[in-house]
Amino acid sequence: MRVSHVTLLEEYMVRSAEAHPDKLALVFKKKRLSWGEVKAEAGRIANTLRGLGLQRGDRVVLYLDNCAELAIGLFGALAADGIFVIVNAQTKADKVAYVLNDCRAKIVITDRVLEAQYAPAFEQAKHLEHALVIDLGDGPAKIGGVACQDFAGAVAKAEASWPAVKKIPTDLAAIIYTSGSTGDPKGVMLTHHNMVSAAESITTYLQNVKEDVVLGVLPLSFDYGLYQWLMVNQFGGTLILEQSFNYPAAILKLIEQEKVTGLPVVPTIASILRQWEEKGTRLTNIRYVTNTAAALSLTHIETLKRLAPNARLYSMYGLTECKRVCYLPPELLDTKPLSVGVPMPNMEVFVVGPDGKELPPDEVGELVVRGPHVMKGYWEKPEITAEWLKPSPHIPHEMWLWTGDQFKRDADGHLYFVGRKDDIIKTRGEKVSPKEVENAIYALPGVQDAAVVGQKDDVLGQAIRAFVVLTEGTKYEAKEVIAHCQARLEGFMVPKYVTFVSSVPKTPSNKITKKNIWDHSIGARVGGDEL
Amino acid sequence: MSEAETRQKIRTMILETFMNGAPPEKLKDEVSLERAHIVDSVKTLELIMFLEENFGFTVDNDDAVPENFDSVDAIVAYVGRKQAGG
Repeated sequence: MRVSHVTLLEEYMVRSAEAHPDKLALVFKKKRLSWGEVKAEAGRIANTLRGLGLQRGDRVVLYLDNCAELAIGLFGALAADGIFVIVNAQTKADKVAYVLNDCRAKIVITDRVLEAQYAPAFEQAKHLEHALVIDLGDGPAKIGGVACQDFAGAVAKAEASWPAVKKIPTDLAAIIYTSGSTGDPKGVMLTHHNMVSAAESITTYLQNVKEDVVLGVLPLSFDYGLYQWLMVNQFGGTLILEQSFNYPAAILKLIEQEKVTGLPVVPTIASILRQWEEKGTRLTNIRYVTNTAAALSLTHIETLKRLAPNARLYSMYGLTECKRVCYLPPELLDTKPLSVGVPMPNMEVFVVGPDGKELPPDEVGELVVRGPHVMKGYWEKPEITAEWLKPSPHIPHEMWLWTGDQFKRDADGHLYFVGRKDDIIKTRGEKVSPKEVENAIYALPGVQDAAVVGQKDDVLGQAIRAFVVLTEGTKYEAKEVIAHCQARLEGFMVPKYVTFVSSVPKTPSNKITKKNIWDHSIGARVGGDEL
Repeated sequence: MSEAETRQKIRTMILETFMNGAPPEKLKDEVSLERAHIVDSVKTLELIMFLEENFGFTVDNDDAVPENFDSVDAIVAYVGRKQAGG
């Protein structure tokens, strides 16, 4: 366990800037910024936020695609004594409004390209006062009660030195919204202590050094993407930030040019990389590859081993509520490729039965986690928090995290992910609540029943399929349902397949059950995508 | 195939497949498909496969960069270059 004596997340940036101000910190497209420069820019953003009235503990929402302003802006929010909340740029107006109101954000940082979504969201926002908009140009200066100004124009005038802060390590640093089984997103509350602990544990087992150059193609709104930047701040490395993995050839070229040493992936990326690997691409500078979000298949593992022949490959498992749980030490990849390994440094896990007692090896139970990285709960949702954080059976004063994930341990103590207790779908590395998709489908007139499930997909991990029952006289095509969902949901939540059925299976109490939905639908299909 | 026909074919594919039959005015030829969230990594691969199947050439891995595919204008220009043997 490395001990850096850092207690507040933003101290990582300060420390890196003091240790090597001229070293390259962040690359985004044509921008190449040193540690001294990112720290100065974070200071300017912090002073701008303070100038707009931000006080200790106020929430700043960053509604942006990956970009330098997002990476530096979240440190600006911290340096101003605020709490940052990142909202994925794919999020549509209603959900943006939900998040703004749920966390009662005071200031938002966004981009004019998202105006079609943020304008209606601002109209519904009850607490939001200011928006700093990248490339505002001739965009409106006031939307509802929200005053909008150009980001660069406002920030350029501010002081670069960091303002004094009053927070302590148990204050919140971030709220990360995640899909809940009820359909409403839940805000995971993470303190500085939580996030510093998680970052230190991960960089310990990855053995990061300041010479590491990490590729950031995953969205910073996703905790796995976010931590790449937080950890780079910790060890003083360099992040090569990209908006997406849409152009693998361009990214692979960048990996070569920038001599990337750390490559974080999700199975969808591994799957896309396969065709490059098969054509002979080799990435020899890569020192480590990490995967999380869903297990890698044996084919993916072989692909990544050949693609990055000098890399250690880490299979990992985690959840936003505690960031990361475990990792498979690379030396075990050949003997236990399907295991997610051992708990990361600084924490403990248990596989327990329904009575909360630890189970013997090879028996399947729920994974329970304790450690300094476990969240404080869901923002203003005490009932749901109480289902996830429960007093420990062994240490009654301590709250442990019940993950809802089914696990088993082998005789050596190595962990295996077995499945979810709820029906959350994992697609493209993102968690999707079927309920949230169903709610969107129900908003379409003439929908009687909707049941959304995940199905195995080689590229996506799981693909989303909706079974829909229409009322008599209603007629839709599958693509109309998909278009309706696209206007309401983030892209990864939109069903790939829509099958119309005459009925969906129901329990005696008339609740939809998905247990036999595939078999049931063979006879019940009346249109839409085939099974 | 004329450039206008090429453009029409590409626009139709994007509107039908990626935008679920949205009206033509929703797709501006110069707009970045990535920034507008019309494509993601999986859809970019689908787009490339569509071009290979419909225009009779192979897209080299090195060509799969935003300069060639990130807008209708860029795709039309790329297809034109490929068909001219470039």
